Amino acid sequence: MSIRRRDVSRLSVGLLFAAPWIIGFFAITLYPSLASLYYSFTSFNTLQPPVWVGLQNFQQMFTSDPIFWTSVRNTLYFVAIGVPSTLILALSFALLLSQKRRFVGMYRALIYVPVVVPPVVTAIIWVWILNPENGLLNSGLAVLHVPQPGWLADPSWAKPALLIMSTWGFGQAMVIMLAGLQDVPEHLYEAAMIDGAGAVRRFWHVTLPMMSPVIFYTLVVNVIFSLQYFTQAFVAEGGGNNLGAPLNSTLLYSLYLYENAFSYFKMGYASAMAWILFLITVVATFLLFRFSRRFVYYEGGEQ
Amino acid sequence: MNVLTQRKPAPYSLAAPRSRHRTYTSRLGSVAYHAVLIALCFLILLPLIWMISSSLKTNNQIFVYPPQFFPHHPHWSNYPAALRYIDFWRYFANSLLIAAFTVAGTLFSCTLTAYSFSRLRWPGRNLLFGICMATLMLPFQVQMIPLYIIYFHLHWIGTFLPLIVPPFFGNALYIFLLRQFFLTIPRDLSDAAIVDGAGPLRTFWSVIIPLIRPALAVVAVFSFLDAWQDFLAPLIYLDDPSTYTLSLGLQLYYSVHQTAWAYLMCASVVFTLPSVVLFFVAQRTFSRGITLTGLKG
Repeated sequence: MSIRRRDVSRLSVGLLFAAPWIIGFFAITLYPSLASLYYSFTSFNTLQPPVWVGLQNFQQMFTSDPIFWTSVRNTLYFVAIGVPSTLILALSFALLLSQKRRFVGMYRALIYVPVVVPPVVTAIIWVWILNPENGLLNSGLAVLHVPQPGWLADPSWAKPALLIMSTWGFGQAMVIMLAGLQDVPEHLYEAAMIDGAGAVRRFWHVTLPMMSPVIFYTLVVNVIFSLQYFTQAFVAEGGGNNLGAPLNSTLLYSLYLYENAFSYFKMGYASAMAWILFLITVVATFLLFRFSRRFVYYEGGEQ
Repeated sequence: MNVLTQRKPAPYSLAAPRSRHRTYTSRLGSVAYHAVLIALCFLILLPLIWMISSSLKTNNQIFVYPPQFFPHHPHWSNYPAALRYIDFWRYFANSLLIAAFTVAGTLFSCTLTAYSFSRLRWPGRNLLFGICMATLMLPFQVQMIPLYIIYFHLHWIGTFLPLIVPPFFGNALYIFLLRQFFLTIPRDLSDAAIVDGAGPLRTFWSVIIPLIRPALAVVAVFSFLDAWQDFLAPLIYLDDPSTYTLSLGLQLYYSVHQTAWAYLMCASVVFTLPSVVLFFVAQRTFSRGITLTGLKG
């Protein structure tokens, strides 16, 4: 009897302390998520109440909305090229900056600075630098007599322009990799050196396997964030009047979702897109975890 | 662990171990190393340098070809003019106000919740913590439309409320971060307080809170930056120009006639400054936060 009373009092104290999150979970996470699941089966323009249409939104998305597929392709391209470039840059710089030398702390801090620049400002600066006529980059290319692309004005160069913008923040991943490098036990390098392994072999046979959990973790986080990439792409095209311009070449998934919801007020369709985005996120994470078993090494064999 | 500035001996080194007859080559290597890194840092910071340089040019100088790297006569008067061109200080104050409420709300809700999830023992705790972590996977896009409808019916659209109320109800990432930190505090400390007759609230306030100040600093700094730089939520929920934050306000330099580039650069500099200053002032806090979560910065 007294044990049960103790349990009840423990439970109520525990719940009381966790109450802010528990209330928030129901009110601003669970309810809205279920509501958007419901909206995804309706036609809903916010003025009239939602009308049940069954699977029509999903049907339209997959069979008769070519722009949906354009946004999917753009996003996949963005993830498939952007994430590996970011990781490779981050790892290379982490290796350079994990050496015991003077000023490395300062170099790390300076390379991290772009990460704390507001995303809106990042977009503004790059639009200015990538200006086809008198931007800094094309002026530089002109000096070198290299052809100057139209960047954000040219459908075939707009995506690379967006990639340059997003890769600029690689300092984030670099810092996580630096932390990982510091945890690689030194005796492994010493053993490898005694065995006569040069720098390249030490990298392939010590650093990379020992770093694989950290690299994998950065990969997953970057994929999830890239799937939702929004602000820079939104601002880069002049603030919402011509989202995805030129010719939908930069219309990422989250931009098209926003456009459906808040430009066309197709809330049902946009909700359906949001749930597909969630499913893509879950599936991508699951696949990465499955795939990782073959490549990620966990010390001590614990998974 | 201080990832950004740490000077502890690095375990990985491309350079071969030093021996006496190699000091000359290693000094040469050191010069090359610093030359390469200074060049790389310059390249990475060039966009920011260019932003500052452009902010000091007149609208004629700014379009001169080839571009001048630094204006011969910097136009400092651009700054006051740019900040008058739109209602800059109002947006600045709005951003600051929203950020202040976000920090206060996040600290309040996440500290209490993380304390419950780590130091208190109660049935169902681990299940709820698991659910809390699972919500990290949920994209904001899933909730944003129903939240818009709710706020619309509450007449909150066009007010700060959709941005300053939710932080008081928890944030999974910071709950995780604080919980990690709580777990490192020895149990004996809080047990001793309980033996002395302190209840959970008393223990929380006078024993635990003083010990986790560094973690609170991490949450304060990161949640400030989140709010200061946020774009999507203000874009959706603030439709009245008098409530715009700086993220939204900067768009106005585009839409009034044609883009006033030099002014836009001035405003961008002033908007970026608090973030960068905060980063350099609180570098230790940043490093701690990044290693604790691996996510934010």
